[in-house]
Amino acid sequence: MSATVDASRVGSVFTGTPPFEVSRRDVIAFADAVGATSPVHRDIAEARAGGFSDLLAPVTFPVVIAQEAEAEYIADPASGVDFSRVVHAEESFSHRRAVVAGETLTTAVHVDAITARGGLTLVTTRTEITDEAGDGVATVVSTLAVRGADA
Amino acid sequence: MSAVPQRAAAAAAGTLTDAAVGDVLFTREVEVTRDRLVRYAGASRDFNPIHYNDVVATEVGLPGVIAHGMLTMGLAGSALTDWLGHTGDGTARVARLGTRFSRPIPVPATGGVTLTITGTVGAVGVSDDDGAPCVRVDLRAEALGVTVLAKAQAFVRV
Repeated sequence: MSATVDASRVGSVFTGTPPFEVSRRDVIAFADAVGATSPVHRDIAEARAGGFSDLLAPVTFPVVIAQEAEAEYIADPASGVDFSRVVHAEESFSHRRAVVAGETLTTAVHVDAITARGGLTLVTTRTEITDEAGDGVATVVSTLAVRGADA
Repeated sequence: MSAVPQRAAAAAAGTLTDAAVGDVLFTREVEVTRDRLVRYAGASRDFNPIHYNDVVATEVGLPGVIAHGMLTMGLAGSALTDWLGHTGDGTARVARLGTRFSRPIPVPATGGVTLTITGTVGAVGVSDDDGAPCVRVDLRAEALGVTVLAKAQAFVRV
């Protein structure tokens, strides 16, 4: 059984994911996993010496925040996205500033495009990440390729 | 894991002010192992079993467990920001980072696969969304003789 991606979701916006509290442990564990060796990810004194309020998250860390938020759309069976048939096709980040530990960030997931190409359906989401002051921090654009039932 | 600045004489590590198109900025080799996949799964909260369970991976038509695309992109991003970090922090200088995932990296249960990341100057005189001057750094990522990231590019504030 394989659902078809519901193309009528283009233009939908999802804001129901609770705010993401970025912990120092989150930052350190992610830096270890992706091999980011700079002390600004681990040493609070180094981060502050660099002009940051706390440990700096690695450059792709916003994906953790975005993927949690995207799940509100993707994991809902009504989206028609069968996650066992999904591969990650593209990802991009626009950073207005770096994420630091200790902040609480909110998300809005926009379904920007759903297009069929060959036996694939490409689903593009754009997650806008905003800080407590309401200022934009980062934009994360993700494209998933969903294989069709016969692919 | 080793970072090797290759043009130390002409461009000090982390400095892009004198960058010219084609300059090779750095190369880093990373061993991608199951251990690293599990660490990335935990750190990113991406618990798709195709990244740790061979039975599940095979059932969905993969050759076996594969690395998270975002792990590969994260390793490439770290190679860049660590190199930039030779002159203060590098992370905050990356205005944009994007890639396509062209090939998965199969990761055996024991041992590892070597991922080689190379950063090259792709364009100079470009700017970010706010108009700040940037250099475009093109990232090449290869494993098992194939390119695993396509059109991986970073816009770095000069």
